[in-house]
Amino acid sequence: MSNTITIDGQTIPFQEGQTIMDAALAAGVYIPHLCHNPEFTPHGSCKLCTVTVNGRNVASCTMPAVEGQQIANNTDELNAKRRALTQMLFVEGNHFCPFCEKSGNCNLQAVAYHLDMMSPHYNHFYPAREVDASHPDILLDRNRCILCELCVRASRDVDGKEVFGLSGRGIDCKLVVNSSSGDLVDTDLAATDKAASVCPTGAIIVKRHGFSVPIGQRIFDHKDISQVQLEAAQKERGHE
Amino acid sequence: MSQCDSPDLKQRLAPILQKHGRDPTKVLQILREIQDTAHCICGQSIDLIAEHLDLPRVRVAGVAGFYSFLAGGQACGEYRVLFSDNITDHMLGKAELMDYFSKKLWLEPGKVSEDGLVSVDSTSCTGMCDQGPAALVNGMPLTNLDENCLDLICELIRSRKPVSDWPPMLFEVQDNILRKDVLLGEAFEPGAALKATLARGPRETWAEVDKSNLRGRGGAGFKTASKWSFCHAAIAEEEGHVVCDIGDRAERIMVCNADEGEPGTFKDRVLLNSYADLVFEGMTVGARVVGARRGFLYLRGEYAYMLGKLEGVLQQRREKGLLGKNILGEQGFDFDIEIHLGAGAYICGEESALIESLEGKRGRPRNRPPFPVTHGYLGHPTVVDNVETFACAAKIALHGGEWFAAMGTGQSAGTKILSISGDCERRGIYEYPFGTTIRQILQDCGAEDPYAVQVSGPSGTTISWKEFDRMIAFEDLATAGAFMIFKRGRDLFQMARNFSHFFAHESCGFCTPCRVGTTLMQRIMDKIDGGHGTASDLEEMKNLGQLLKTMSHCGLGTSAANPVLDTLNKFPDVYEQKLKALAFEPAFDLDGALATARRITGRDDKEAHLGAES
Ligand SMILES: Cc1cc2nc3c(=O)[nH]c(=O)nc-3n(C[C@H](O)[C@H](O)[C@H](O)COP(=O)(O)O)c2cc1C
Ligand code: SF4
Ligand code: SF4
Ligand code: FES
Repeated sequence: MSNTITIDGQTIPFQEGQTIMDAALAAGVYIPHLCHNPEFTPHGSCKLCTVTVNGRNVASCTMPAVEGQQIANNTDELNAKRRALTQMLFVEGNHFCPFCEKSGNCNLQAVAYHLDMMSPHYNHFYPAREVDASHPDILLDRNRCILCELCVRASRDVDGKEVFGLSGRGIDCKLVVNSSSGDLVDTDLAATDKAASVCPTGAIIVKRHGFSVPIGQRIFDHKDISQVQLEAAQKERGHE
Repeated sequence: MSQCDSPDLKQRLAPILQKHGRDPTKVLQILREIQDTAHCICGQSIDLIAEHLDLPRVRVAGVAGFYSFLAGGQACGEYRVLFSDNITDHMLGKAELMDYFSKKLWLEPGKVSEDGLVSVDSTSCTGMCDQGPAALVNGMPLTNLDENCLDLICELIRSRKPVSDWPPMLFEVQDNILRKDVLLGEAFEPGAALKATLARGPRETWAEVDKSNLRGRGGAGFKTASKWSFCHAAIAEEEGHVVCDIGDRAERIMVCNADEGEPGTFKDRVLLNSYADLVFEGMTVGARVVGARRGFLYLRGEYAYMLGKLEGVLQQRREKGLLGKNILGEQGFDFDIEIHLGAGAYICGEESALIESLEGKRGRPRNRPPFPVTHGYLGHPTVVDNVETFACAAKIALHGGEWFAAMGTGQSAGTKILSISGDCERRGIYEYPFGTTIRQILQDCGAEDPYAVQVSGPSGTTISWKEFDRMIAFEDLATAGAFMIFKRGRDLFQMARNFSHFFAHESCGFCTPCRVGTTLMQRIMDKIDGGHGTASDLEEMKNLGQLLKTMSHCGLGTSAANPVLDTLNKFPDVYEQKLKALAFEPAFDLDGALATARRITGRDDKEAHLGAES
């Protein structure tokens, strides 16, 4: 018997060492996710990718696929919870989509659309967060940071630099950068670094590209995030 | 002015940095010591540590920002007074005392006095609930506080007397052991359990622990023998897969979890204060069984005052041949224990966060699998057990598994040590066989008109007077040891609100549901407390509770809603009394928002208020 798992009744194969998320993406099954990006070590913090495996909730991006798992994914109950988590991410930061250069290309916004999020539901926290425009080529706007640590992982594991990290605890967690001044300009971040382009939201933006793709022609203006991410996974597999 | 602005910082930090060598796992220990000497951790200290340990600066800054006692970039006074914020401290007058003290010193909580001399703040439960209200001054415990005590402390601070010269009676901590059974009752001869272990053999000793049915005392109740055998097997299997040439990767680690951060729990403090030999011996027995050569005691920062005493016990054990090389003359039986201090973070009691912290990192729970028994400290197979679990293990090694299994109930062998606090005459430590009823316990400690009990702390269960025939046991009320009693007339809403603040403060912030959910919960509880709550808020809290329970990354998040959900379920009237009759009440306080305008215009008449008397 080959290795298979079952997601919402559909049996899909997996290879040894794959997570549930890996197997699902490879088989064209979409599981909503934000902190996961197949190019980097799984992290497991946003919890959007939570699925129910044999009655227990687990993060599919970190849970290894194991023969015979019965998995619930696209259920009303899970999607409602994912929507609530997305709403939490919106209210804990300051996300003003109409003014944001990332609008239309933003995974947070796109996943909110996918999950039919119609309002933020919770009261906004309106936290005071720092914007760092010190770097000549890159803007860091912490108001839009969802603490997914993709930039942390990209800088450490791909760029070999460790420009980013988290400090603080609980609701006071914040992104910090590797310089005594605390400013991005004093780090060795370059606009060509992986870390400069990996942010799923508009928190890290390469300067002077503002609106080079007009609103209306952006990634999620025409396609749902599920389609975009599955196509990307397909393409990735084509390269292998 | 904080001392770290001084130009000679480098010189003053040099001895601390030198002492710890260039070992990156020592980051937290170094930061703690710098905090103690300089009263803050400034950017320059972080630069110096990063340079010394050859670590990216951002990593050191991340650690400095995580732990409450390190105070991040904020300065604190030369005298830092932290009042314990547990509900039991509040019931004994914490808020009033802290207010009294702050006023006397012209201080605002959370801020440093202008001369940099003193700062006052709250801190999560310091583990002195049987002798509260409690506080810490520069890490030293203050108990049974009252206004007289605080007057004296103000004097001492004003005269700038070093805390080490303060009258010792201020720092007296009592054991208050009020009921003893097999763990606390009989004298223990250091080395006796180890001799029995060597005589019997490691495998046979494991078999006794297995037979004893010992389950972990830290809360989860995992069978100890199974954990030990997984850790042992982790290597055996590796050897089968020829992984053994990775060299010291095959090393096994024994960790004693003395983080004891659960509010209302203080039994591990007493075990370490008066039964440290028993605990260390249990660790050494475990080391023999799984083949570990290194051990750690992870001691919560609040108990740092015991460090010297515990180091002394370890030293004695080395001198007696009970630790170190060739223990009790047995060739190749090498094991030693190092003490690692925490720095104010409840999450570091969670075993994988504890391991991260031991490695000198932010205490954030790891993804599992892999589990610590196969990939723990620096990747080594690691056993993490509670203080009391090791005490039990030592007794089992001495008396055998059957002896232990004969006590307690079907699924809960042995005894359990409870830390009893709150509304009763005799607060302190009680050891009971599993299966003892709540009613019996309440009677023994002299609880008058008890109404509710918080079993196992905020992450445990709130039980009402209707449930007093339930028993302490894994099959009924599992507990890590906290037992807080509330008499009739106590406001249980305030208990739940206090715990909601605790969880929001202690959430590590890694996962969305807990990071945001605990804060949302706290805000709704505050809204209700402020008289602005409505029925829809109660529904919202139930939904948040479900979200926390089912989506969180670790046990902190999954249990963070327990006190609110339990009280909503069992004592709905304590909420309903506080609600507005309205179906909806904005979270935004319109009248409150006008306060600044009133101040500027110097008005406070009726017309300047919204909807006041209407
Ligand atoms: C948030 C959190 C805090 C914890 N705190 C402690 C603690 O202070 N002491 C402890 O022994 N176990 C604590 N635990 C349980 C540990 O993760 C672990 O299960 C325990 O140390 C295992 O030891 P045992 O098997 O001897 O109980 C905590 C768990 C969580 C989720
Ligand atoms: S800046 Fe972007 S990539 Fe980095 S943690 Fe924040 S949201 Fe994630
Ligand atoms: S549940 Fe809370 S404490 Fe646990 S990982 Fe998530 S944020 Fe951290
Ligand atoms: S995508 Fe799995 S937790 Fe974020």
